[in-house]
Order: sequence, then C-alpha cells, then structure tokens
Amino acid sequence: MRILCLVKRVPITGGKMVLTADEQAIETKHLGFTISPHEECGVEEAVRIVEAQGGEVVVLTLGPPEAEEQLRECMALGADRAIHLVSGEEWDAQATASALVEAVRSEEPFDLIVFGNESADAGNYQVGIRVAYALGLPVVTGLKGLTVADGRARCEQEVATGRDVYDVALPAVVTVKEGLNLPRYPSVPAKLRANRKPVDARPVERPASKLEKLRLVVPEGVGKQAEVLADAAAVVGVLQQLGVA
Amino acid sequence: MSVVVLVEPRDELSLQALTLAESLGEVRAVQVDGPYAPSAWAAALVEAAGGDDIVGPGSDRGNEVLAHVAAQLALPFAANVTEVRGDEVTRQRWGGSLLEEARIHADRRLVTAAPFAFAASNTVVQAQVLSPALDGAVTVAEHVAPDTGGKISLADAKVVVSGGRGVGSADGFAALEELAALLDGAVGCSRVVTSAGWRPHTDQVGQTGTKVSPDLYIACGISGATQHIAGCKGAKKLLAINDDPEATIFAHADYAVIGNLHEIVPAISAELRKARG
Repeated sequence: MRILCLVKRVPITGGKMVLTADEQAIETKHLGFTISPHEECGVEEAVRIVEAQGGEVVVLTLGPPEAEEQLRECMALGADRAIHLVSGEEWDAQATASALVEAVRSEEPFDLIVFGNESADAGNYQVGIRVAYALGLPVVTGLKGLTVADGRARCEQEVATGRDVYDVALPAVVTVKEGLNLPRYPSVPAKLRANRKPVDARPVERPASKLEKLRLVVPEGVGKQAEVLADAAAVVGVLQQLGVA
Repeated sequence: MSVVVLVEPRDELSLQALTLAESLGEVRAVQVDGPYAPSAWAAALVEAAGGDDIVGPGSDRGNEVLAHVAAQLALPFAANVTEVRGDEVTRQRWGGSLLEEARIHADRRLVTAAPFAFAASNTVVQAQVLSPALDGAVTVAEHVAPDTGGKISLADAKVVVSGGRGVGSADGFAALEELAALLDGAVGCSRVVTSAGWRPHTDQVGQTGTKVSPDLYIACGISGATQHIAGCKGAKKLLAINDDPEATIFAHADYAVIGNLHEIVPAISAELRKARG
C-alpha cells in the first residue's frame, strides 16, 4: 500500500481571534501551530494501515517554510517521508488543488489519497474532491470508519440516522473526520527518527485566486452579560424557568 | 438573474438556503431522487441549472454536492456564506469564529448558506425532482443504524451537560451523567476530553465534533476555545460553570456559576431531586 496524506499547518487559536493589521491573517505571534484535527486522524489511519499491510506513507503539504515542523510531526506519527510545496502565501482551494495534483502526478501511483474533510482554518470543503476529479479517482468524504482490503476501501460516513457505507475500488481519494481513530502520542525515539526522515522541499508560485480573499473580520461578540447564579438552588430556579427541569 | 437551489425534503438548512437564494434572484428549487451519489447529484444539478447561480444548504451533503459541482464546472465555490453582495461574499472560517470577505472571479456564483446564518424561508416551493443516472457513480451501498443504547442523541437533546478539562478525569463525568439523566439530556464534552480518552469522540461538541442546538447547554469546566464554541453556539441558552472568573466561556454564557464544578454539579442534582419531592 502506498498512501498519501495531505495536511495543512494551522494555528492553535485558543479563545479569541486577533487579526494582523492588514486584516489578511490571524496574528500568530503568540500561538503554536498544528495540523487540522481531521488530518491528524488521516495520518494515524494511514500509518495503521501500512503497519498492518506494509507499504509507505507519504505526507504532502502546501505551506510556508515553517510547515516543515508539521511534516516532522506527521513523520513522528509514523509517516515515512514528506513533500513540501513551499509558499508563504495563502492559496485558494482551486489553486491549492492544482498544485497538489501536480505533486501527486510526480509521485504516482498511490493506492489511497487521504485528506481532512475540511481544513480547520479556511473550511472550504472542496480540495480533496477537486483533486479526485483531476486525477479521475473516486472520492468519499467525511469518513468515520475505513477498512482497506483486497484492493477496495469500505468507507463509513456519519449521517443523522447512523452511518452510510460506501465501497470503492482503489486507487481512491478519501476525506476523513476526527473520531476516525484516536491518534497516538509520538514517542521521543519516534520524534528523533522523524528528524532524520527526508523532506522534499519544492518552491511553488501562487497563481491568481478565483475566490480572492479581500479581508478577514472577527465577528462581533455576542455581547452577552451573563447573569451570575449564586448557588445550586438558583440554578434549579433557572432550569424551571426555562422549562427544562 | 435566476438561481437554482438544491433542497432536501424536510430539511431546516435547505429552507435557510432558500432564503439566501430568494435574495439573489428568481428561484428554481430542485431536489434529487434516488440513493445519495454526490457526483451524479452534482451532474444533474449542473444540467438543471444551465448557466444559473447555484445555492445549496451548508450541510455535509450540501457542501459535498456543491464541491462536486464546482469540480465539474472548474468554477470557484464559496462554502458557508453568511452574505452575498454581487460578486462578493462573506463566508465562515474556523467554524464561524472568523469571517472572510472574498470576491468570486467567475460569471456564476456557487455557494452554500452557512447553517443558521439565515432564517428559514416560509415560501412554499414546488421543487423540480431530478432523477440522475448513476452510471457507476460512487453511491451509498449500505446503511447502518446507530447503536445509541436507548440514550438521547447529542444532536437531538433539549439539554446538553458538557464537560471540559476541568472535569479532570473519565470518572469525573459520573456527576454530569447524573445531572443529564435528571434533565432527560445528553452528555457532551470538549476536544481536550476526547483527546485524553476520557470520553468517546461521539460525545465531542465542537468544530470537529457534533454541532448542537439544545434549549440549554450546560458547560462545566470548559474554557471556551473557538473550537468548542463553534459546536455549541446554536444553543438557545448557555449556562457556564467554571472556577476561573476570567474564562472565555463566560463571554458566551447567559448564566454563570463561578465555582468548583465538582461541588456545584452534584448540588444541582440534589436540589432538583429535592424540588421534585
């Protein structure tokens, strides 16, 4: 099995969004970074499949030079090597998909290409689907369960009434959601090994955006002034008043 | 200008998308018959739309079908918009914790309506029913009903009692379970809790978990990270219990109890029992 995992460096935002002066990005001076939670589960799943069946896990990102940190984290989870399309700018979904497709073609064939269902930051819900179309592969989104055997993928998607199951032939593109598994904490030796694994850095130029970001806006606060309740009796009073007690 | 809106029967988010569509032009509603097959649904929608704008609900399926439409047409797609002004949109990032104003560089607009950003339309529409050919498209092969163990689901519960890091351990949730049971509610939790393995991911409320809209959301020992707020901002009322008076959660709360949840939560349960005799 050769599995490609797509990841994106995103800030760990905490409780409040603060923007840069040009309103083009979140102020990240005091923030740490990670990959989107869905993607962490994607990498974990790929590593589990390869641990069980043999093969290789490659991670691919489009991001600033600092995104190498996230590629190392993925390799500490067990990915074998990484490809880094280096650009400090933010790309729209269509341009991102085109750049990823080119990188995938340079490394084919993959049996499985794993995206997060949507990135934590931009939330465009489309890059994986666009890549699947460009590569002519089937795509199933939002997986909470995945079984890969005999050249097929059984894909479970959570819906309001339970789970919808899809069965597709490999190669295929899947997008996954957090909850697919509980990702491991990388061990210290795994982190050290990750530092020695190869990262293939390739500079890329951003084309014009078809969905052009003009500015970011922090939504107006809800402006709520909470009513402070002194004790449990006061809480029960509110529960009764709301008709839920 | 004419606009095609994808609707699903008896779907609240579709009626919200209809409201957005009505603000953009003359509306034609379509719904798709047959098993869910996103690429085939999208192809049918593309054909029905001609050159018109296409609006969908900001649901998992709405976003998925519109992304297929966009890929088939090689056009930009703006997911989860809260406003459309000509070729400009405002759309949600970070599950709604941040907004992006963006320009669509195309002669048609493909958008989905962010959940609960628009009121549901009262217009009675006669949706044109499309029956796409599946032609080998990826489609649902099987449906598995959930094993809820007879419990009320998080998404349907009128009351959600939710715990965060402050609960301290898996065992700490027993008191929250007790209160939830007394209120015929469900237990939820924050992402910290599922990452620690204290609760299953199915209990997680948040941007990457379940998005809930109960009458009352009781947040116990939850700091109020944007990741969590994205999942509970649909609650009609929010009661926060936290021993840190500076916790961000209080800025989102209608009611606040400042104190130790390990004392307050059992005290509420005891008080409820007393009130009921």
